[in-house]
Amino acid sequence: MANGSLITEELRKLIGVTLDTIVFKVEEGAIQRYGQAIGDPNPLYNDPDFARKTKYGRLIAPPGFTGWPVKVGRPTEKLFAFLVKAGAPPRILDGGIEFEFVEPIGAGDVLTATTKIAKVGERETRLGKTMFTTAEVTFVNQKGNVVLRSWATIIQF
Amino acid sequence: MAKQVCYEDVELGTEVTPLAKIATTRMLVQWAGASGDFNPLHYDEDFAKAMGVGAPIVHGALKRAWLGQLMTDWIGEDGRLKKLSCQYRGMDYPRKMKTMEEPRDGETWWCKGKVIKKYEEGGEHLVECEIWVENGKGDRTTPGSALVALPARKKK
Repeated sequence: MANGSLITEELRKLIGVTLDTIVFKVEEGAIQRYGQAIGDPNPLYNDPDFARKTKYGRLIAPPGFTGWPVKVGRPTEKLFAFLVKAGAPPRILDGGIEFEFVEPIGAGDVLTATTKIAKVGERETRLGKTMFTTAEVTFVNQKGNVVLRSWATIIQF
Repeated sequence: MAKQVCYEDVELGTEVTPLAKIATTRMLVQWAGASGDFNPLHYDEDFAKAMGVGAPIVHGALKRAWLGQLMTDWIGEDGRLKKLSCQYRGMDYPRKMKTMEEPRDGETWWCKGKVIKKYEEGGEHLVECEIWVENGKGDRTTPGSALVALPARKKK
């Protein structure tokens, strides 16, 4: 640990590396439960008959719907374990996220989510020496189109 | 159904129609199930204390989802949400339940936003907004930004 840096040689080597790829189907019920949990009555998330008559033709996923179906593969936990194993500090906070919505995601779509570490940095915060990792996840649908990109910030201290 | 907001209707400083939310312990359980986030930080008093946050806290991703609703409600059927980002800066604590359905008295959260930029690019009419979730004390615990494409009125 030269100069007391949190970023080990192993961590540096992870930048740009694809860590995990999972494939999952977007279920109608998962969309409905997600919409209800937000408290969003939008019929595009709740009412399949309504949604069928719209330009989307099916229930669509609320923005940021990458939770439950993706979590089945537990990529977040895997990613944390991976980072800690590579020498990152063990205490973890979710720092935030950025989404780029490219195309609608709808019920029945089969998505492939690929995770890679885009960036690792560190600075002094009120938590002490703190490491910031940006995990980039790209979601591609069954037609091969990128539908969503996200960049999550993982805070470790 | 609210009237469709168009590109010409917004100026710098125009407010996004605010959205009120009340986080409850019940809602956090529902969110955990729907999102798949089963971190005990959001439902286990002792665990939350041991983690140094005092008591179970509202999921950052739930507040993010509220901000998603803030924007999709505002832009209506013909608007398109292109980007959304937020940072989880402050802790929020859910209201406890008085009955099965009804929360105890306590704070209400407001999702708010305002237009900070508008421009045309690639044939789209784009509007950038500063957005945030504000707690009962007026602290912005979840600041962020959104980029939307709005329909333009047809030229006469």
